[in-house]
Amino acid sequence: MSKKDKRLILILLVVVILMAVIPFLALRGAEFGGSDDAGSVMVEEISGESYEPWFTPVLEQLIGGELPGEIESLVFCLQTGIGVGIIAFIAGRMYERKKLGKEDKEL
Amino acid sequence: MTNKQKRIFGFALAFAVLCAVAPVSNAMHIMEGYLPGSYCIAWGVICIPFVVLGFFSIRKTLTEERRALTILAMCGAFVFVISSLKIPSVTGSCSHMTGTGLGAILFGPCATSILGIIVLVFQAILLAHGGLTTLGANTFSMAIAGPLVSYGLYKGLSKAGINRRISVFIAAAVGDLFTYCVTSFQLALAYPSAEGGVLASLVKFLGIFATTQLPLAIIEGILSVIVIIGLESFAKTELASIGFLKEEA
Repeated sequence: MSKKDKRLILILLVVVILMAVIPFLALRGAEFGGSDDAGSVMVEEISGESYEPWFTPVLEQLIGGELPGEIESLVFCLQTGIGVGIIAFIAGRMYERKKLGKEDKEL
Repeated sequence: MTNKQKRIFGFALAFAVLCAVAPVSNAMHIMEGYLPGSYCIAWGVICIPFVVLGFFSIRKTLTEERRALTILAMCGAFVFVISSLKIPSVTGSCSHMTGTGLGAILFGPCATSILGIIVLVFQAILLAHGGLTTLGANTFSMAIAGPLVSYGLYKGLSKAGINRRISVFIAAAVGDLFTYCVTSFQLALAYPSAEGGVLASLVKFLGIFATTQLPLAIIEGILSVIVIIGLESFAKTELASIGFLKEEA
């Protein structure tokens, strides 16, 4: 990877972090609920009455209520973890392969 | 594509067209139970031909070139990671990205539809995020419409001789944003507002989803470019084998 590319990646990562953090700092007191929920509120506003979803998620039926927040973040972390694990594994193999000068070999 | 595959695709397509002729006129992820049944079925049916094509496309890529498997796994993992991160946005609510642009650019929109479905099913079952009844509609917006736009934009921009990284950025960002526009449209169709009809409620839904998504779309574009830079320097042979890099094969 050339020096120019490295610098570019670094700058891009900083931009990404800033873009994610600035709204959070700038909008104090905002709730930062999911935009999916904002969608449900809008549905109610447009149809003029409280909308009763005609089907509840399978998991919520099973446990007879909403998924607790902590458990939800656990599953979200699990999802991230699976993804990062695969990416890191492959990226590590690619990096070593290049270092060993075996770029034409299969991973 | 073999004859058998053609026939199966033909059936799926015919099925979709037949169902589309029936009165279809009658969301990031549309919440479970929030779309009337007829819409759920209609969107699901529209997805079938794409998913069938995607299945064949992935099988073809993998039998011809085993090397592509690693890149495909990476694209799938990218969707997994990116769509699990909820990021605060300017409107004061959180949303997450789709991550499907990268797969579409590398493997084409059909193959990406399979990757997208895996994530949507995971979230619908385990997280009660999105839903099984709205799976069709969500698949259409996140795993088909967005990737189609990304793929088309990338092909168009690189034909026009624009720098590859810039084309990747634009394609991934616009594809992500388009996903949410489609979601708004799907919700607007199902919930036309009393005064202005479908258009008025489309504007309202776009107001929520599109403005929230705008900065996130830019972030997704940037992240896709970073992955592409990494792959370009460490996986040239793989990229050449799937036809992404043409000069060195």
